[in-house]
Amino acid sequence: MILLIQYTLVFTSVLMLVALGGCFSEHSGVINIGLEGIMVFGALGGALVMSAMPAGTSAFIIIVLSILAAMVMGILYSLLLAVAAINFKADQTLVGTAMNLLGTAAATVIVKALNTSVNPNNPSSTLQYINAKKAFLLVDGYEFNWFMPLALCLLVLAYVILYKTRFGLRLMSCGEHPQAAASVGINVYKMRYAGVMISGLLGGLGGLVYITAGVSEWKFENGVAGFGFLALAVMIFGGWKPFRIALAALLFGFFRALSNVYTGFDLLAQLNLPSTVYNMLPYIISLVVLVFFSKNSAAPKAEGIPYDQGSR
Amino acid sequence: MQKNSLLRKPAVQALLTSLLCILLGLLVGFIALLIINPSGATEAIGDIIKNFMNYSKSATRLKNMGNTLVKTAPLLMCSLSVLFAYKVGLFNIGAAGQYVAGAGACIFCAVGLGWHWLPCMLMSILAGALVGAISGVLKAYRNVNEVISCIMLNWISLYLVNTLLSNVKNPTSPYTYEISKRLVTVDGVSSVETHTEALLPQLGINSLFNNNKYVGLAIPLAILLAVSIWVLLNKTKLGYELRATGLNKHAAKYCGMQDRANIILTMAIAGGLAGIGASMLYLTGFEEWSVTQSSVPGMGFNGIAAAFLGGLNPLGAIFSSFFIQHITDGGAQLNKQVYPAEISSLISSLIIYFCGFVLFFKLSLTKWLDKRNEKAAAKGGADK
Repeated sequence: MILLIQYTLVFTSVLMLVALGGCFSEHSGVINIGLEGIMVFGALGGALVMSAMPAGTSAFIIIVLSILAAMVMGILYSLLLAVAAINFKADQTLVGTAMNLLGTAAATVIVKALNTSVNPNNPSSTLQYINAKKAFLLVDGYEFNWFMPLALCLLVLAYVILYKTRFGLRLMSCGEHPQAAASVGINVYKMRYAGVMISGLLGGLGGLVYITAGVSEWKFENGVAGFGFLALAVMIFGGWKPFRIALAALLFGFFRALSNVYTGFDLLAQLNLPSTVYNMLPYIISLVVLVFFSKNSAAPKAEGIPYDQGSR
Repeated sequence: MQKNSLLRKPAVQALLTSLLCILLGLLVGFIALLIINPSGATEAIGDIIKNFMNYSKSATRLKNMGNTLVKTAPLLMCSLSVLFAYKVGLFNIGAAGQYVAGAGACIFCAVGLGWHWLPCMLMSILAGALVGAISGVLKAYRNVNEVISCIMLNWISLYLVNTLLSNVKNPTSPYTYEISKRLVTVDGVSSVETHTEALLPQLGINSLFNNNKYVGLAIPLAILLAVSIWVLLNKTKLGYELRATGLNKHAAKYCGMQDRANIILTMAIAGGLAGIGASMLYLTGFEEWSVTQSSVPGMGFNGIAAAFLGGLNPLGAIFSSFFIQHITDGGAQLNKQVYPAEISSLISSLIIYFCGFVLFFKLSLTKWLDKRNEKAAAKGGADK
């Protein structure tokens, strides 16, 4: 049972962080399909820092540096989307898809190149960070880590920024009616850049949380197994609102965790279902959820439409 | 003026921008190679571009060219699937999952049930079309974004197919039995017997490629289908309606077109194309399915690259699919102790990324031409 709670909380924090990232981007008017790629790059940044840390580095430094690295990598990678979608008015779905493919391919190339430069006979795409990972744990022996309180703080922060600050309200106006926003002097381009970069920050952090969930090495060839897309479903289910996103993430996180630990429950083990059923569950549930919540979509009205100052 | 109007032709512009995307993709890939190891980078990028031309003996060359062609056929089908849906305003990122469904159907029918190749192929089409149609129905009736539903279906199809194909798995490896085998169960004891009926006919084409036994029907069939999709989209009433729905759903509905039915039909056709693509690969026996794979095969995603690189034209897709497969196989030519083979997926994903800028490239080209004309006109006026 405690195992289930642990994993539920880990996966919930991942999904919530990434979905909140998507939420900022979409409220500014840019669809961010590329969250998956952003997660991979954030994970890469964090993993590189963690594996480079010499043994005996204090836990605090490891935590701060790897989180910073993940966030910075996420932001840098998200600029690929920002430049293409905001300045060059590219098809946002196409660019996002390209970013997902590029994320896994580039991370694999980078890690393999690093591994082979250390040892030519080791062309694997795996990074190890056994010691550094322990720094994140709150209690020895359990998977409760510092990311959980951090994610909670960021959730509250995201709500406050979006609904209680001038910046957040302006950001959302750019996703609803950019022409109206521009008419009162808001720089739509800047706001959309801000939205995409915040999604890069949160997505990158989410990637780091994901690769430290119960494992202490990561094979970058595998990417992040569709978590970026699950986060998008969480965001839609959450109606683009932070606290509802958190609840949606909890639900999805629970089912995702179940697929990891179902063998520990007598009742579920007795059902004797193949493990693939549990692997499929999160995706099936998100599909069903979308069927019921997409009809009256609360999506920002101008999302996906490139903003052109000339056309009003 | 003559040359000027040639540059304004949409086909010429599409070709130029595609070539530019390729060049940019290769350039960034080359920079990545330079960073990894500067001394061999020029040779390495050459190896990727040359692919089968790396072999000095013409017999080996032909055989390897055949291998590239064998994988080009399914890629072409996936790219047709993506571009067909895109013409109707739908982004079919689910080609990957529809391809997986097709693979599951044909392998199970061939090895598990011992069917002939034709019904196996038809089952692949059906399975792919079914997965595609689910996305279509959800989009048409429940307003579910097709990108998200397709992605979820990609994973669901992968796990379902893994479960289904565990039934025809070779107990000594994670792979299914070869397609030329058939599983027979007598009194609860399973054994395999040879069963070549499920293999696609070679039609003598294999002799052109140094008797590469995988080359056969799939290649001409894929090209034929590309041409038929071009005809369907550009020369038929249905194609016109579908494209009209894609350009403006509401206007099409106002004109009496069935927008919902058209969306579902489109996704079903797109799914069928990706499904038949899978049978074109797996029914040759070129490779077996690994039932433990935990990521969706890249064929469907590369299809997106090929579709956009081909300027969203079915005939262009024939060439772009070959090119994408060519550099993907070229990546395997690299020295693995120095350069990772994933460089070629890096290059193809960069090409997709740059395809996002196609609109910008075309606008800049037109703007540049306009400016030149203006200058010429002004100059001409001054001369008079």
